[in-house]
Amino acid sequence: MSNSSEQELDKLVGDARTAIRTAEDLATLDAIRVQFLGKRGSITRQLKQIGTMEPSLRPRFGLAVNRAKRTLELDIERRRDQLKDAAVAEQLTQDAIDVTLPGRGSGVGGVHPITRAMQNMEDIFAHMGFETASGPELEDDFHNFEALNIPPDHPARAMHDTFYVDASTLLRTHTSPVQIRYMRAHPPPIRVIAPGRVYRCDSDVTHTPMFHQIEGLAVDRTISFADLKGVLTVFLRNFFETELKVRFRPSYFPFTEPSAEVDMSCVLCGAAGCRVCKQSGWLEVLGCGMVHPEVFRHVGLDDEANTGFAFGLGVERLAMLRYGVDDLRLFFENDLGFLRQFR
Amino acid sequence: MIISEQWLRDWIDVPLDTDGLVHRLTMAGLEVDSVARAGPPLSQVVVGRIQGLQRHPGSSRLTICDVDIGQQRPLQIVCGASNATAGAKVPAALSGAILADGTRIHPATMRGIRSDAMLCSAAELGLEDSSEDLYLLDGDARIGQPVASALALDDAVIDIDLTPNRGDCLSILGVARELAVLTGAKLKLTDVPGVEAVSRTRVDVEVAEPRRCPRYLARVVEDIDIEVPAPVWMRERLRRCGIRPINVVVDVTNYVMLEIGQPMHAFDLARISGGVEVRLAGSGETLELLDGSEVQLEPGTLVVADDEGPAAVAGVMGGSGSGIDRTTRDIVLEAAHFTPAAVAGRARRLGLHTDSSFRFERGVDPALPEAAVHYASVLLADIAGGRAGPIVERTASRHLRTPRPVHIRRARAEAVLGMAVDEARMDGIMHRLSCRVVRTETGWKVVPPSYRFDIDRECDLIEELIRVIGYDDIPYKLPALGITSGQRVDSQLPLTRIRDLLVDRDYQEIITYSFVDPEHLRLLKAHDGSIALKNPIAENMAVLRTTLWPGLIQALVTNLNRQHRRLRLFEIGHTFHVDDGVRSEILRLGGAVCGNVLDAQWGQAARDVDFFDVKADVEAILALTGNSACFAFERFESEVLHPGQSASISSGRQCVGVVGNIHPHVQRRLNLEIPVFLFQLDLVPLLHRSIPKFTGLSRFPAIQRDLSVLVDNGVPSSAVLEMVRQVGGNRIVDLHLFDIYRGEGIDPLRKSLTFGLTLQDSSRTLKDEDVESTINAIIETLRQEFAAELRR
Repeated sequence: MSNSSEQELDKLVGDARTAIRTAEDLATLDAIRVQFLGKRGSITRQLKQIGTMEPSLRPRFGLAVNRAKRTLELDIERRRDQLKDAAVAEQLTQDAIDVTLPGRGSGVGGVHPITRAMQNMEDIFAHMGFETASGPELEDDFHNFEALNIPPDHPARAMHDTFYVDASTLLRTHTSPVQIRYMRAHPPPIRVIAPGRVYRCDSDVTHTPMFHQIEGLAVDRTISFADLKGVLTVFLRNFFETELKVRFRPSYFPFTEPSAEVDMSCVLCGAAGCRVCKQSGWLEVLGCGMVHPEVFRHVGLDDEANTGFAFGLGVERLAMLRYGVDDLRLFFENDLGFLRQFR
Repeated sequence: MIISEQWLRDWIDVPLDTDGLVHRLTMAGLEVDSVARAGPPLSQVVVGRIQGLQRHPGSSRLTICDVDIGQQRPLQIVCGASNATAGAKVPAALSGAILADGTRIHPATMRGIRSDAMLCSAAELGLEDSSEDLYLLDGDARIGQPVASALALDDAVIDIDLTPNRGDCLSILGVARELAVLTGAKLKLTDVPGVEAVSRTRVDVEVAEPRRCPRYLARVVEDIDIEVPAPVWMRERLRRCGIRPINVVVDVTNYVMLEIGQPMHAFDLARISGGVEVRLAGSGETLELLDGSEVQLEPGTLVVADDEGPAAVAGVMGGSGSGIDRTTRDIVLEAAHFTPAAVAGRARRLGLHTDSSFRFERGVDPALPEAAVHYASVLLADIAGGRAGPIVERTASRHLRTPRPVHIRRARAEAVLGMAVDEARMDGIMHRLSCRVVRTETGWKVVPPSYRFDIDRECDLIEELIRVIGYDDIPYKLPALGITSGQRVDSQLPLTRIRDLLVDRDYQEIITYSFVDPEHLRLLKAHDGSIALKNPIAENMAVLRTTLWPGLIQALVTNLNRQHRRLRLFEIGHTFHVDDGVRSEILRLGGAVCGNVLDAQWGQAARDVDFFDVKADVEAILALTGNSACFAFERFESEVLHPGQSASISSGRQCVGVVGNIHPHVQRRLNLEIPVFLFQLDLVPLLHRSIPKFTGLSRFPAIQRDLSVLVDNGVPSSAVLEMVRQVGGNRIVDLHLFDIYRGEGIDPLRKSLTFGLTLQDSSRTLKDEDVESTINAIIETLRQEFAAELRR
């Protein structure tokens, strides 16, 4: 009897283990658990049989049944873990996506290249301690010309093809009037730049009737031409991020004396000579000089106690050189194909 | 100013080649724009003499010339020019020569007659743009000599871009003088002996305006041979300097001007009635100019007049009535000093630009007229003969500009330049500039020469000094400036922040012209209060913009035409306005949006952009001020935007912008195929932002409720939300509308608004009855105000 009971138990355990091992999903496994270990499960029934056995056989059989039960419980648990892992693995496979597809949502636009260049220039000057000022684009003759030592009929006016609104009101031809406005409102020491739109009635391959300038002004008791050379050289080298050569040539502006044109070594050909620098290796990039005493007089500053320098640079020209743009007019056509290249 | 290098070197020996010369001038402020050869090499083109000529039997136009080129036998050349005459010396292009247009010469047969070579005009040699006649060489040209050498074509033509302050350099003499200063080389000055008067004929000169014309010299020269051309060397020099030879008298006056800088004029004596008077034009006076145009003379214009009226605009241009032509025999040579103030602007106002006015405006040496008259007399006598009369001179010395002494202090020069300057060197430069120099305690007292109109202050002398020393010698420093107060404050919203926000929201910035087509402004009902330019560059750029939209729409159209379908553009810039005579400019932000809300992409259905997409962008900008709640959107009616899909944006009582869909009428007239959403904001009211103020965090739980109410379709949702907020007071920590429903199940005249409400108290946990009473109060108020009913 006992032998047959133990044999039956062994067979049951054998069958159960096979069933557990081959269970394909959690539901089947649970059914197997119920079948063998549930309240009416076959192993549970074996336990209930103990009472009907001879007392001497009971401990041994009871031990065997309990061991069988633990074995099966462990087997089920192990199998359950296996099946869970497999299910997760299966889910992961199913969830896999093409990660090379582009991301969704809104794109990012861009600023205009002139804005980009101008912002860069403002930052460079800001780090050198220059504040930023602005002034009206619709100017009067006094600020645009007279106060800058350009009286009516001065030949220099011929160099400024001016848009007029009436006899004494015009679209500013340069950012220099901001010098006047700023000096009238702020006592020295002054370090300021004034970026903005300027206008000249001229339109061809190399001129647009509107363009951008940045004016610069420094006034204090000891500002010298050497300082001007230093500041502009540092600026150009920062803007182009290269140790280019800079040279200053005498020139003439009514509102500065001495005046200079600034050339820098051609960044397009490495000063070897090209079409853009007319084979000279030099590019004329800006005009500058020491503030003329007459200008100080117009703004009520003592021209003996103060010295100062001023400069004006064309943003388009520098932007063209920096970004390799070969046609000025592209800046104002606003073709997205062009604009998107400056993001 | 274009000069011939050969001519310049007649005046000065400098140990510099062309490149060196050009570099030295450029680095001293006489910027050389270009250097060109004076002419082509002209190989195989030689001086030939026409020995004899006969009619071509087959053509009335052609002649057959026997031309001596210094070889055993003359060449036979068929020629079509009308000025081929026996004895004339002309350029002969031999077999193998290449003409300016690339034609290669080889013996040919012309209408049956052999032609060994070709006789050339100036144009065919590349010396002029157009000419039909043969180029007549001087009688003393050596037969057989290469024409390039006969014309001394081995010369450089140097174009100097002179600044307006350097009128003294507008001549060969002036540039030579400058080179002497720069290099220390000596000028090769020669005395012009002058021509004694052999006749008594003179012209009366009256100067009514001595302040404007402090010196006037006139000399009559009779019996001039006007037919004789100026010699080739003179015509060549004129040509190289950009002046067309005309006749011997005009050529001589131009030559003198180019060489020494004194503009001259010549009248035909026979066409001058009475004497000449320098006076101001009276009202209504007119003058027919040499160029054939008839001008109305503004009162205040200085003229040279005879008894019958103006004969020339002083220092600008002569009249055709008194000019030199082929019938002229007796002339009046004029060399005067007109002040810059008398001439400045006159030419420009007459639409003219002459070599004479260009020089007088910049200042001509008042000491020059006498030398000029003498020099011209000598040249004329040599070339065209004639009998000179006495020189009549009117000089008002007290009105002549006399150079004032200028003080220069060494210490000041060093302070301005930022470098030490050697005293002896300074002294030497001042002398080389031909200044009269006296040492003073602190520096020098300097009297500049009469030809320098640009030195009347210390700073001018400092510039002269450093110009000669060279700007390269100035060191590089960085200014030692103290820290200033700075200007960056948190309450100032940087413009870049607004720009960056739009860029991050997928907008592209554009920059458009500030002047627009008045038609576009009219179409956008924005023409009133606009400012027109007096001298626009084109009809479609004639008016300053009063709105940023024309430029944005233009850019939109440009890009739509280039196959872009989805566009999101913005511009920041000024608009210009006039109101009751007062002009103003306003800094604005404008935007234009069309096409899909997002770029076409996988996994997301395409959707056209709508009002609320654009409104969200505008709201995002307004939120940068930290004061979103201050801005109210209200229904806005205009003829430009869709009346049902546009809103004004106001802050308090001030309207700061609009946003909306373009009006279908406007859309059609602009030929836009798809709707465009536009917005525009005044930026100045947005650039002040509030500083955040922390209000504490509530430790008590928040309670969320959703509420749906039915209201009439016409009730603005913002009004409902505002009311909810009012009733709920501080307890409402969040309120947002998340659904709007119209349609099945509700009254067709009504809509359902559903919003989420978060309530929280800062001092205690809200109980259910607190929430209930708040919600009930809200519902009750909405019922009273908007006839709202709760939707269950």
